[in-house]
Amino acid sequence: MNKNSNMSIFLKGLLLENPVFVLILGTCPTLATSTTVIGALGMGLAATAVLICSNAVISLLRKVIPDSVRIPCYIVIIAGFVTIVQMIIHAYLPELYDLLGVYLALITVNCIILGRAEMFAGKNSVGKSALDGAGMGLGFTLALLCMATVREVLGAGSFAGIEIPFLSRFKIEYLTKAPGGFMVYGILIAVVYKLTHGKAPKKKEFSCAGCPSAGFCNAACENTPVKEEN
Amino acid sequence: MDTFRSLIIILMSSVLVNNYVLSRFLGICPFLGVSKKLNQATGMGISVIFVMVMATAVTWPLQHFVLDKFGLGYMQTIVFILVIAVLVQFIEMALKKFIPSLHKSLGVYLPLITTNCAVLGVTIENVSEMNYNFVESIVNSLGCGLGFLLAMVLFSGVRSKIEESEIPESFRGLPATLIAASFVSLAFFGFAGIVDNLFA
Repeated sequence: MNKNSNMSIFLKGLLLENPVFVLILGTCPTLATSTTVIGALGMGLAATAVLICSNAVISLLRKVIPDSVRIPCYIVIIAGFVTIVQMIIHAYLPELYDLLGVYLALITVNCIILGRAEMFAGKNSVGKSALDGAGMGLGFTLALLCMATVREVLGAGSFAGIEIPFLSRFKIEYLTKAPGGFMVYGILIAVVYKLTHGKAPKKKEFSCAGCPSAGFCNAACENTPVKEEN
Repeated sequence: MDTFRSLIIILMSSVLVNNYVLSRFLGICPFLGVSKKLNQATGMGISVIFVMVMATAVTWPLQHFVLDKFGLGYMQTIVFILVIAVLVQFIEMALKKFIPSLHKSLGVYLPLITTNCAVLGVTIENVSEMNYNFVESIVNSLGCGLGFLLAMVLFSGVRSKIEESEIPESFRGLPATLIAASFVSLAFFGFAGIVDNLFA
């Protein structure tokens, strides 16, 4: 498959370069909002909306923004879209707004969005960037849904708030609490590694490769190799 | 005396019970990325405490005396993230100029903190969800920072053990680290009832 075809740009976000399970970006919202399926879906779609818009706008402005101040510029653009999404959710879905709480505002510092701006949107055309944003965003949503399904079905015995008759008697409440989040995330990363073995970029160590501040991070953890983005 | 007690409760609960890393999942990136060695973990932790307290000291008055006064509450996210970014730059420059020795040990961590969700998280929570007054906000930020440092230092110890153990191939690296984090988090879970009972 042509590496740069539009389809592959879109699809790579879903599994092979899944932002959560393969690139290990956006860990904080993944762990925090995956206790319920509803919260995960809301978070995923809100982040997707911000990601598509910010990728498109940053790509449009990529020749205008001076290289030395690009990170602050990206952050302002992203924060702007986050504010818009926040206001929309507050107005039309107040329950979701309360459920997500501070994590909604924290989409601003979600490393998936800044990372894609830095790695993709700053270098590619508008259409491709929007497509990349959509793929990555849906990959993020999908990953959140996987985690939330495991945690809610086994941990609370329900799915999207609907109780499952048999399982609700044997809840493993540990999974809905903080420690369970780390555990499920670790196991799912291992499963995805096994499934995509040989295809996905190998991610043995948590390196700062995907992080927008990779340069600094590399200085901080000397032993962590920073993989070059192709 | 009552104020003092409530401050202690805020401090204890943000350090132990609502630990930002282990039970609120904020600041996971540096927690996983920079906790390999003890000295790096300490450096990062101290930088985070420093930036959290400074950021709160700036954003709290900003929210109450500027944004709320002029009805600009919806600009919170944009203003806070910019203020934090600028503040971190200033702190770095000031350290470089006036205390070069401190800059040498903390300098590399400072730029990383700009996009750290723990810092933005604590400043937003102080003014919106928790609605603390100025002193309480500062104490809460200090507590969150201390909790972050504590989690980093403890976890760097756990991690040095993982490096030496035999682990199935798919679990090597990050999955094993996350599962270890799960156990450390479970340990912190035990603090849940402590604050209410300690000062009841």
